[in-house]
Amino acid sequence: MGKTLPEKVWDRHLVHSTEGEPELLYIDLHLVHEVTSPQAFDGLRLSGRGVRRPDLTIATEDHNVPTENINRPIADPISAKQIDTLRINTAEFGITNFPMGDPNQGIVHVIGPEQGRTMPGMTIVCGDSHTATHGAFGSIAFGIGTSEVEHVLATQTLPQSRPKWMSVTVDGDLQPGVTAKDVILAILGEIGTSGGIGHIIEYRGSAIQSLSMEGRMTVCNMSIEAGAKAGLIAPDQTTFDYLEGRAQAPQGANWDAAVADWRTLYTDDDAEWDKEVVLNAAQIAPHVSWGTNPGQVASIDTPIPSPSDFDSETAQETVQRALDYMGLEAGQSMRDVSVDTVFIGSCTNSRIEDLRAAATVMEGHQVTVPRVMIVPGSHKVKDQAIEEGLDKIFTAAGADWREPGCSMCLAMNPDKLAPKERAASTSNRNFEGRQGPGGRTHLVSPAVAAATAVKGTFCTPGDLEATS
Amino acid sequence: MKAVEVITGTGVPLKRSDVDTDQIIPAVWLKQVERTGFEIGLFSAWRDQQDFVLNDERYVGANILVAGPAFGVGSSREHAVWAIQQYGFDAVIAPSFSDIFRNNCTKNGLVPVVVPEVVVEAIWAAIEDNPQTSIVVDMRQRKIEVPAANIDERFPMDDATQHRFLNGLDDIALTMTHVDEITSFETNRPAWMR
Repeated sequence: MGKTLPEKVWDRHLVHSTEGEPELLYIDLHLVHEVTSPQAFDGLRLSGRGVRRPDLTIATEDHNVPTENINRPIADPISAKQIDTLRINTAEFGITNFPMGDPNQGIVHVIGPEQGRTMPGMTIVCGDSHTATHGAFGSIAFGIGTSEVEHVLATQTLPQSRPKWMSVTVDGDLQPGVTAKDVILAILGEIGTSGGIGHIIEYRGSAIQSLSMEGRMTVCNMSIEAGAKAGLIAPDQTTFDYLEGRAQAPQGANWDAAVADWRTLYTDDDAEWDKEVVLNAAQIAPHVSWGTNPGQVASIDTPIPSPSDFDSETAQETVQRALDYMGLEAGQSMRDVSVDTVFIGSCTNSRIEDLRAAATVMEGHQVTVPRVMIVPGSHKVKDQAIEEGLDKIFTAAGADWREPGCSMCLAMNPDKLAPKERAASTSNRNFEGRQGPGGRTHLVSPAVAAATAVKGTFCTPGDLEATS
Repeated sequence: MKAVEVITGTGVPLKRSDVDTDQIIPAVWLKQVERTGFEIGLFSAWRDQQDFVLNDERYVGANILVAGPAFGVGSSREHAVWAIQQYGFDAVIAPSFSDIFRNNCTKNGLVPVVVPEVVVEAIWAAIEDNPQTSIVVDMRQRKIEVPAANIDERFPMDDATQHRFLNGLDDIALTMTHVDEITSFETNRPAWMR
């Protein structure tokens, strides 16, 4: 019997395997940031251990960094201490760190691919649940806790239970105005926050293959929101074209050898899946989340559901609680809901293509939403956007053009929602308080976020054209 | 980590599904560089609401959290496990856990107990009726017992993880017994991966 793609990649990394025990996997790339690493480095010191492969470990500062005035000291002393701690730890253990303001700094899941460090067939880990982003290249990439960070630092391996294999197929053509973000939100609406628990998902089908690398990263990024261990997409010419010539990608004969190997990374025709889901691309519309988990999401034209639409008592209570928190009523149309803040950024949607999509919508318009923040994913994305004049489009429209970082996705830096403030956000989580205590988050694509910024209520770019 | 054989105590009914790690410990608490002091951040937004179950004095001193499905979804923050333990819990019982949260539990000696939703509902009923209802989590036999509710239920856990719980073993030391295999693997990695 053949193997699935994730199974192939998994099996290539087996260092040790004993029946009934977790398998020991080799890790090709370990990404580190300031929030989930300090206790891991402390653990190494306490036990007198070193970092086995500092050359396969890369650090950056992203979660805490402010997105303005980055040439001044960080105002929050606790954030500053956490960043200083990363600098001390990486220096002591010989790990490359890209500090705030460095031309290579940015959100950890944006800089790995753009530097050409993320490659097909790899295992990649990071103390961050959105690590599955790197699966867009056909790698197994997953988030780990701090104890596991320490384990990888010390051994470059990780004991993991063998997951199950799940396929999510999206076939057909996407409608105009429907983006990768809408695809993954539609998948989440279909399978819910537990649909992927214990599985690695391979996203397949013609609609997935038609996506750019940026779009594929958006899809894989949110695999964790379905509870999946990881999500990946088979590498193809789009993948190779993206990587060729990047600073850390293989060169010359190594490049040819790598591509020849990467062409073997696909699911065999006779491989078996533990779970299969199929969606029709033509039926996916722009999506907006209405609740307080990413599975509580629907097409912009679907009325907000009622607790009575659900069977179990726990589900009914969860929906009622979400509606109360979000200040919404069953049956309401999302198009009638006005927003206070628009956030375009995060490891889900802060790449150049996302900024281009937002700029295309905003060009020639003025935003009416009180606060519109555009936060590029990295300095390289920022520089590219400036080169293309996107920053001028944003500022002319009245939006706020910021420095790179995680920013309002999780509000560890000063970018926060106030209680009951409502945001259209291109990030990945609409949990209670995620973007600031009491804040209300609606997950959308960059195109919907930009259109909503102009109109003031949830809408699609098509709606702006119809009214202008 | 400390060894765990049998946990005996009382439970708190957290009757919610999809309890994400942003609720267990909001991001504002993640800025510390130490491994201790996270108990004040546990469910801090929900604890601000008087009717939240951790504010119910009938459950003060309970050491087992009994929650709805998909517990610990979202962020990989191990701080969520530290906060739950440092607040005083030794085990979490739920119908399902997120993979990362469950892994983090097993690195710290917090027992993740998976039992069917009907069993969780029966435990909720028992501890709401009598908060002093005794709950036993037996790691040796991988089962829980709630005699007052006639519950005697096995829970899944692989042999290796059970062994580590029972003996309080350090994962890194175990892995380093395979260091020759790691070195051998490294010599066979393709040149383009370095």
